[in-house]
Amino acid sequence: MRNPLSEKIVTIPPSGIRKFFDIVSEMKDAISLGVGEPDFDTPGHIRDEGTYSLEKGKTHYTPNAGLVDLRVEIHNYLERKYELSYHPDKEILVTVGGSEAIDIAMRAMLDPGDEVLVPQPSFVSYVPCAVLAGGVAVPIELEEKDEFRLTPKKLLEKITPRTKILVMPFPNNPTGAIMRREHLVEIAKIVVEHDLFVLSDEIYGELTYGEEEHVSIASLPGMKERTVLINGFSKAFAMTGWRLGYACAPEVILKQMLKIHQFAIMCAPTTSQYAAIDAMRNSDEDVYHMRESYDQRRRYLLHFFEEMRLECFEPLGAFYAFPSIKRFGMTSDEFANRLLKEEKVAIVPGTAFGDSGEGYLRVSYAYSLKSLKEALGRIERFVNRLDGR
Amino acid sequence: MREKILAVIEKNSRIDIRDLAILLGESEIAVANEIAEMEREHIICGYHTLINWENTSEEKVIALIEVKVTPQRGMGFDKIAERIYQYSEVNAVYLMSGAYDFTVILEGKTMRQVAQFVSDKLSPLDSVLSTATHFVLKKYKDHGTVLCDEFQDERMLITP
Repeated sequence: MRNPLSEKIVTIPPSGIRKFFDIVSEMKDAISLGVGEPDFDTPGHIRDEGTYSLEKGKTHYTPNAGLVDLRVEIHNYLERKYELSYHPDKEILVTVGGSEAIDIAMRAMLDPGDEVLVPQPSFVSYVPCAVLAGGVAVPIELEEKDEFRLTPKKLLEKITPRTKILVMPFPNNPTGAIMRREHLVEIAKIVVEHDLFVLSDEIYGELTYGEEEHVSIASLPGMKERTVLINGFSKAFAMTGWRLGYACAPEVILKQMLKIHQFAIMCAPTTSQYAAIDAMRNSDEDVYHMRESYDQRRRYLLHFFEEMRLECFEPLGAFYAFPSIKRFGMTSDEFANRLLKEEKVAIVPGTAFGDSGEGYLRVSYAYSLKSLKEALGRIERFVNRLDGR
Repeated sequence: MREKILAVIEKNSRIDIRDLAILLGESEIAVANEIAEMEREHIICGYHTLINWENTSEEKVIALIEVKVTPQRGMGFDKIAERIYQYSEVNAVYLMSGAYDFTVILEGKTMRQVAQFVSDKLSPLDSVLSTATHFVLKKYKDHGTVLCDEFQDERMLITP
């Protein structure tokens, strides 16, 4: 029999998270700080709208780009939040999670050999999606000394005549890093000078802490026409299981993304879309409370990291901290595996998010105070043992 | 800081002051002072335990009584409320808008005991016009906490 598989897909390594997941799954009583989703259930009023839509028989396809009402709400939301104005009919596409949007944006924009700059550590999908779309993924290794921000210098180093897309994954999973307006301005300048396009994944845009308000790079002068903005409902509204996201882009790009979406997906789940209309209209207070609750737990985690001398820069976005374990002279994998075996705490090694995650761990604080407390106690015991205390 | 302290301890009054201070990014002393101040000002009026009596061997009956009254000249409803809330069996008294005046929540060991309280003590009060007693059959949720089922984290252990 002939080889049934495509060479391209076989050579893509499986997600590093997957590997770790398999190990953790075998441990029944492990406590995990390894989850990349909110600990809140979707707010009740949003769930109700999903249920009502089913009761009313809204069980059919929607337009390919998504329900008109939802696109209008997305338009209103982006205008209200980020001073961005996208045309609901021509520039907004409702997708199956942010992940689909990443995939089809790459496929709509890349020709074979085009280079995609992927700042890392970052979400696991950018590189494989770029490769599957025929592109060449070029990692940019971010560093703790820059608080894991993309700096102009690092960007310039990796730009070649073939560079086409820059991925901007901020607020960042796994580091919790954010990019402020002044940082974005510098990046935008280079993007324009080198005629690049930006794929800005702002799925954690609602989750920034302290005085920080998320700024969308698309809102900077001259950037809207060269940015694909990706966002969704999973993190801000605790709607991971609904699988709903969206992409906003200039018509010329969005039209081609819509074509792929139309053939591959048809339309995002109808029930989720009806629920999402309500999420956009009526959730400011829910989001406020969830953000406040994450912020409290963020402080809690950082406090105890400091106490156990686990170095960690202050994450100001998403719901992760990214402590350094370099002083123990172990790889992230070794540390995570030993912590799991010896103390039964599951934490994802930083290397699951790119080579530059070596020496770090991604710790999610989307957990109850009780779980955090228990897990931190075990981590402290482990760290003390390593320190010979 | 007050609202934030209250939001946390309303759900968990037993939280360590230390943990609370860390969560809010304040010093322990500042948080402790603020709480003491709120106790003095009767913003914080007590710390209670939420008990699901159904899971104990204790027999307990809870009733919600709608009470209609005629307010007393010059004293309005407050004087009557005081007459009612002075009884130790009475758990809560609220002045209501709408079809009746007071909600009285009563705890007794048996239905008979509750009925006796209503007929012997509550109804004979001068200002009380009528009462309607409703017994609580089951508490599903109380003080914002679901009593019947245990919380389960539905999430997978590791996700990207």
